[in-house]
Amino acid sequence: MQFGLSESQQMLKDNAKKFFAGECPMEEVRKLMETDTAFDKSLWAKMAEQGYTGIIFPEEFGGVGLGKVELALLMEEAGRALLPGPFFSTVALAGAVIDAAASPEQKKKYLAPICAGDARSTVAFLEAKTSWNPADIQIVAADGKITGEKLFVPDAAVADFIIVVARNGVFAVAAKAAGMRIAPLSGMDLTRKLYQVEFKNTPAEKIGDVSAVATAFDVATVALVCELVGGMQRVLDITVEFAKMRKQFGKPIGMFQAVQHQCADMYLETESSRSAAYYAAWALEESVPDASISVSIAKMYASDAARNVGNHGIQVHGGMGFTWENDVHLYYKRAKSSETAFGDSTYHRERIARLVIDAGETLAKSA
Amino acid sequence: MDLNLTAEETKFRDELRAWLEANVPKDWNEWREKPLEESFSYLRAWQRKLYEGGWAAVSWPKEYGGRSATLMEQSLFWEEMARVEAPPMANSLGLGLIGPTIIAYGTDEQKKRFIPKILSAEEIWCQGFSEPNAGSDLASLQTEARLDGDHYVVNGQKVWTSYGWIGNWCELVVRTDPTVAKHKGLSVLLIDMKSPGVEVRPLKQMTGESEFNELFFRDVRVPVANILGKVNDGWNVAVSTLMYERGSYGARLHLLFKRSINRLIELSRTFQKNGRPAAEDPITRQKLAQCFAEIEIMRWNQLRAFSRVTATGVPGPEGSIQKIFWSELNQRIQQIAQEMFGPYGQLQAGDSHAVDNGIWSYGYLRTRGNTIEAGTSEVQRNIIGHFVLGLPRSY
Repeated sequence: MQFGLSESQQMLKDNAKKFFAGECPMEEVRKLMETDTAFDKSLWAKMAEQGYTGIIFPEEFGGVGLGKVELALLMEEAGRALLPGPFFSTVALAGAVIDAAASPEQKKKYLAPICAGDARSTVAFLEAKTSWNPADIQIVAADGKITGEKLFVPDAAVADFIIVVARNGVFAVAAKAAGMRIAPLSGMDLTRKLYQVEFKNTPAEKIGDVSAVATAFDVATVALVCELVGGMQRVLDITVEFAKMRKQFGKPIGMFQAVQHQCADMYLETESSRSAAYYAAWALEESVPDASISVSIAKMYASDAARNVGNHGIQVHGGMGFTWENDVHLYYKRAKSSETAFGDSTYHRERIARLVIDAGETLAKSA
Repeated sequence: MDLNLTAEETKFRDELRAWLEANVPKDWNEWREKPLEESFSYLRAWQRKLYEGGWAAVSWPKEYGGRSATLMEQSLFWEEMARVEAPPMANSLGLGLIGPTIIAYGTDEQKKRFIPKILSAEEIWCQGFSEPNAGSDLASLQTEARLDGDHYVVNGQKVWTSYGWIGNWCELVVRTDPTVAKHKGLSVLLIDMKSPGVEVRPLKQMTGESEFNELFFRDVRVPVANILGKVNDGWNVAVSTLMYERGSYGARLHLLFKRSINRLIELSRTFQKNGRPAAEDPITRQKLAQCFAEIEIMRWNQLRAFSRVTATGVPGPEGSIQKIFWSELNQRIQQIAQEMFGPYGQLQAGDSHAVDNGIWSYGYLRTRGNTIEAGTSEVQRNIIGHFVLGLPRSY
């Protein structure tokens, strides 16, 4: 039993860290967040060159064929860099759904261009009632056409095709499809844009059953948790550096226990989130029986932890932490957007309760 | 990253399982509620059995009677012990903390003299660290040892000593040089508790029981040969003991916590709250799920820490995360139990209305000590702040 990274996993993580630090420093993040779509084509091409866009997909479609743990590590580094744009939406979300749901021909059509770096995509799931339960979806496709409204669709404006989850299946809709209207929502996280997407008799190609979404969403959720972990780590690092340097009453504020203990709590919650995230990624990769529940545990814990870490980070920075110029608020806003995506902690606690209280199950863990 | 057991780990576990199946006492339930004074000889016999089977101290090097078990195997050991509800071992401080410290710092004579009897539970050990005026600030302790020929003469007082009433020997931290900085004038002595001038008094704690003792030393003469490690290097020796304490403590808690939460979940299906089973109360469900999840995360944290320690070789300050995590979580588990049981939660052992014969009212009170014993949460956060994050020392 070995719960550390292998040499190749560590190398992938180190390389990703270096890549994002070089190609996507905070100046680039701040520049992109002021644009309409937060999408940079040349950055995307470089990510594709690294194999990031096909990281978990089969080699027959041009992917790299790595596992969920590798995706987790890549997302962690993307999170540390606060990578703007549609990487999560395209790879961890839409790609995972296509991979789980579509036929080989459709994968050639939709997954291969994602791997190659030629296409961006996203998933339209939530509707006005914002339920993460597929049974609550109202939109129904009829005669290869869909009508209705989806909300909180990330990165829809730069998607070459949008994966739409309807009551009766998962569908692909081309970017320029008739009757589709994409309007931006004014979310607080400027690095990941959200949209309202309307369909009116819009042609849609069925790529699979709704039942395929659950597995894919587990992958996307773990990826998002890892992104949160990377963000928490960055906020912790920035905050600790600040606490060492900033002086009040003639001493570095990090010398005061009231400050130091907040930093210790940030560390504890960051590390615990990371343990949960890595375990969930490994559990999904190995398809162990408790995989789904460990995804919920990770999302539940990290959703709250990322907010707590952000709160402490801003508090320790004092007035500086409340300024636009300081970077912590950018992570704080991403954390808020990710907190609700795929269910917040309350949602996942209830999901855990259903599994362990109602179903009478307990995690089978004789180790 | 591979959380499957290796072939060696599987072999270790299977061998242990088979041994436990054949040897674990079946009548522990009749004993477990009794005061330690009554059950102690029972626990001693159990440790003796483990010793004879070669299972008393799996973490110790083979040459000292252990199995040189890896951290993962140690973790498996405690899991298997918890799984079959094995009784604890009588000499837990000797095995977990003091033995490893003697192995690390002791002379050959000391190892030969003390180690076998720690393993066999023939000699029970206690630990004299805290003093009335030296808790978190351990290095400020005042118990003094003055050199007099080939003996030290010890005077002072220790407090919060587990097993003091039954201890044959004590690992005692004393001040051997009052003229230098507080960390630099300490030494560790191994003291025979039957020495003239040693007095042991029970310390009644808020649970009503006396797990701990106060120790008084009046002109106690200790041979110079019984110093552990170098003179005035006692701080390093003591810290190494504390590291073992933080490192191994948490490993055995996962299944105990799991048993608690599973029992609470079971009770929630029938226990009424606001006119319906607690399991149907949305707030109770949320809190049970939160504890359930954190118990899992505690284990994953431990496994990650083990992998790190395996790579670096020594227990480090990461143990502080585990200590904060398990102690605060244990209090939350007990709090949700109290919320679920309402007025029944306060009833104690022996009351016919008490839930599970009062284990929850006891647990609620006992866990209050968890964030204090073995290094307070505040000290653990100082350790993380300074030694992990590199913030300037606050004290």
